Amino acid sequence: MIPVLIGITAIVFLIMSLIPGDPATAILGSYATPENVANLNAKLGLDKPAIQRYLIWLGNLAQGDFGRSFSLNRPVLDEILERFNATLILSGTAYLLCSFLGVLAGIVSASRQYEISDKLITFVVLIGISIPSFFLGMMLIVFFTVQLRWLPASGMFAIYGGGDFADLISHLIMPALALSFVATGVIARLSRSTMLEVLRLEYIRTARAKGVKEFRVVTRHALRSAVVTILPVLGLQAGFVLSGSVYIEIVFQWPGIGRMLVDAILTRDILLVQGGVVFVAFCYVFFNLAVDVLQLWLDPRIARK
Amino acid sequence: MIAFVKKVVRNRLAGLGLVVLFVIIVLAILTPLLPLAPPNAIDTPNRFVLPFSDNALLGTDHLGRDLLSRLLWGTQLSLAVGLAAAFIAGFFGALLGIVAGYLGGRADSLIMRSVDILMAFPYILLALAIVAALGPGLMNALIAVAVVNIPFFARNVRGVTVTLAQADFIQSARLSGRSDISILVFELLPNVASVIIIAFSTTVGWMILETAGLSFLGLGSQPPQADLGSMLGEGRAALITNPHTSIIPGIMIFLIVMGINLLGDGIRDALDPRLAKGQLEKPSPLTRIDDCLIQSPPIVSTASKAVMDVNHLSTNFEVGEVVKKAVRNVSFSINAGECLGLVGESGSGKSVTALSLMRLVASPPGVVVSGSVRISDQELLSLPYEDMRAIRGRTVAYIFQDPLTSLHPLHRIGHQLTEAMSTHNRGADSAFVERAKNLLSEVRIPNPERVMDAYPHELSGGMRQRIGIAMALANDPDLIIADEPTTALDVTVQAQILAILKDLRQQRGLSILFISHDLNVMAQICDRVAVMYAGEIVEMGRAPDILEHPKHPYTAALLACSPQIGHGRQSLQPIAGMPPTGHEPLNACAFANRCSRVQPVCHQQPVEVVDMDSQLVRCLFPVVES
Repeated sequence: MIPVLIGITAIVFLIMSLIPGDPATAILGSYATPENVANLNAKLGLDKPAIQRYLIWLGNLAQGDFGRSFSLNRPVLDEILERFNATLILSGTAYLLCSFLGVLAGIVSASRQYEISDKLITFVVLIGISIPSFFLGMMLIVFFTVQLRWLPASGMFAIYGGGDFADLISHLIMPALALSFVATGVIARLSRSTMLEVLRLEYIRTARAKGVKEFRVVTRHALRSAVVTILPVLGLQAGFVLSGSVYIEIVFQWPGIGRMLVDAILTRDILLVQGGVVFVAFCYVFFNLAVDVLQLWLDPRIARK
Repeated sequence: MIAFVKKVVRNRLAGLGLVVLFVIIVLAILTPLLPLAPPNAIDTPNRFVLPFSDNALLGTDHLGRDLLSRLLWGTQLSLAVGLAAAFIAGFFGALLGIVAGYLGGRADSLIMRSVDILMAFPYILLALAIVAALGPGLMNALIAVAVVNIPFFARNVRGVTVTLAQADFIQSARLSGRSDISILVFELLPNVASVIIIAFSTTVGWMILETAGLSFLGLGSQPPQADLGSMLGEGRAALITNPHTSIIPGIMIFLIVMGINLLGDGIRDALDPRLAKGQLEKPSPLTRIDDCLIQSPPIVSTASKAVMDVNHLSTNFEVGEVVKKAVRNVSFSINAGECLGLVGESGSGKSVTALSLMRLVASPPGVVVSGSVRISDQELLSLPYEDMRAIRGRTVAYIFQDPLTSLHPLHRIGHQLTEAMSTHNRGADSAFVERAKNLLSEVRIPNPERVMDAYPHELSGGMRQRIGIAMALANDPDLIIADEPTTALDVTVQAQILAILKDLRQQRGLSILFISHDLNVMAQICDRVAVMYAGEIVEMGRAPDILEHPKHPYTAALLACSPQIGHGRQSLQPIAGMPPTGHEPLNACAFANRCSRVQPVCHQQPVEVVDMDSQLVRCLFPVVES
């Protein structure tokens, strides 16, 4: 756990040290005197060896000091926390949606194998895993905003009025759907194949020999075991949803961390990029830790090993 | 190889994917030769021309550039960049994986630790960080996407390499003093190539999508050069007014990725042996009954006092055109309070017979093709699901062979027992729990309270089988079908389980169908014994008669090859040859090829059952003791 977190910071630091050129020259311009450059380097601590700079940065991170964004002129952490809220609303909704719909579709598909509902789900899933989420988002806008005029196409709240829960929901529907579609497909596929494998196991036959109703055989006996296989993949899908949110936040002008990162890259606000990446990666690690704990609770066989 | 390609293409969707991909790739390759407008020629007066216009088949974009031309050039670029990223990721990932797996030790743990940490990032964050450091641009986006995908290859390849590095041929190459490099290149690499190719085919679609994504964000290809992603990104500005500038590149990305996915699925399915064997199909809740049997059910005399009457039961396994006859024409009845033994080698069809009775044979591939199974004048083979379900576990209960795999691993014992009751009875949970504890004491489980809260993996094999028995007793059934209940247990536990079953028979007047391959076990518990061979019953009669005076040569041979305690030193006689597989039609005695008493006539006609001193024998030349 701790080694992974430290490893993440090390990799981010390593990548950032790939930046060509000298930051002090970049800040002062190419006509700066060597003296000024040296002074600024000393002031920024850039004259120290890399390992020392890394440790200083690590110490600052541990104290919650992510540095200051030059393009926004405010502490990086403040900006991140504000943006992360929006990302959490969007990604969280999409994640719940794809977990629920994906597993449900997988169960229906498996228990009605080769029937019309299975074929329909398989078809939609195929589209889901093949369509780029940003393209899907744009098509949703064309259809629901331009054609039907049902839903707003951008932002988290209406600029004039709005700001209440209903307003948030109406802004959330399309981006959440677009973001969850791919992950839903991946989860549905996995759930279907896992369910089909479990349904052939001997203890399912035992349940049937006991006279347990088929619905219960599927929902209690087979699903209970399938969840143990599906859960780790659900954990990984959180990473895919977070990744996809970068595109979706751009398409729907959602004021989240993904859009912040892209803007920061284009303005070359390195501290902001660095802080944002480390922050989100940490959250992802903690989330997967939570998934592991849940797994331990769901599968008593693991605890024994 | 050709057979494999045929197999992939026979899957219609995979064939479609292949065709779509082929067309797109050919178009991309031919792009420079096609009579297209220059992709970057700006013609602002003619901006946003709609598709299917005279001068521009797909219309023009916000600068009046020809969309068809840009689409094809963009496709070429996207494919090239995606493939290049995949090759780079594949190369370095495989290299790291092979080195880590081959060297092991410190190098392995260092490489794999780093890979784990790279995988701890949501993938796009890593890509964004790299682009942030190197600056936006197509080349940098390519590097970013490749780096992000290296861990996936490294992990897969390392897994295979670790196994291979232990293999004999690598070890002997090492001992022969060849250099590591030569072993890696000439011995290991050819063997991990298939893993690399599979990993490649599953990720190349992703990588095309990811590079398109970075370009879409403005971090990949820079104007005027355009790949599909940046075309989509530019189109977004005019999404509301001129959606066609977005739709056209979007659909192209979709088609490419879908084609790759379809083809990849087809390849994966063609490689999966389980699919061909029907092992990925959901077994239906009831074994399928053949249409012929439904249309013309057999006429059976109804006057019978037996608990269960089985007449001319036949069950097949049907996978595609291949039919395996697992059970042929089996008839027997079980009387109240009686224990009937069903004995035979593995594969003789005894378990399939047992499962056919409650229609529990997995279907597909199982099909009941003929016969009748009756319980007190009720025909089970024509019962609808709900009625069948009401009989399962209540009138007829099962005990299965391996209690570790037949108990649900994630349900507590108490829950599994009470569920058996609550399925068929209404009542308070506390009453079920109380009864479950009583059942556990009845099968001589010490400390039932504690066992109720345990999971199957926490108990010993003997304990688990007692739970299997307790579960079968839950609803006080008339008949218990015990399918090799003692086979997975060691001898002392076997004796305990048999003692429990014997007592239960006496106390409750249970009927038992007892299946085993062990004649000694049969002798201890059964009143009557039926011997199965190649799906048929070849001999049936009172247990002492069969076991002491076998009339069928097969039974005699079976007895001659099973050791008997207290009979001194014996030489055990194995039966030469193999039993029939059940694929061929049976126009002769099934045992003829292995029989020591065989006559030419045995090969020429099916053999009927004859009654010899109330012992049924399917043999033309039965053993007669002098």
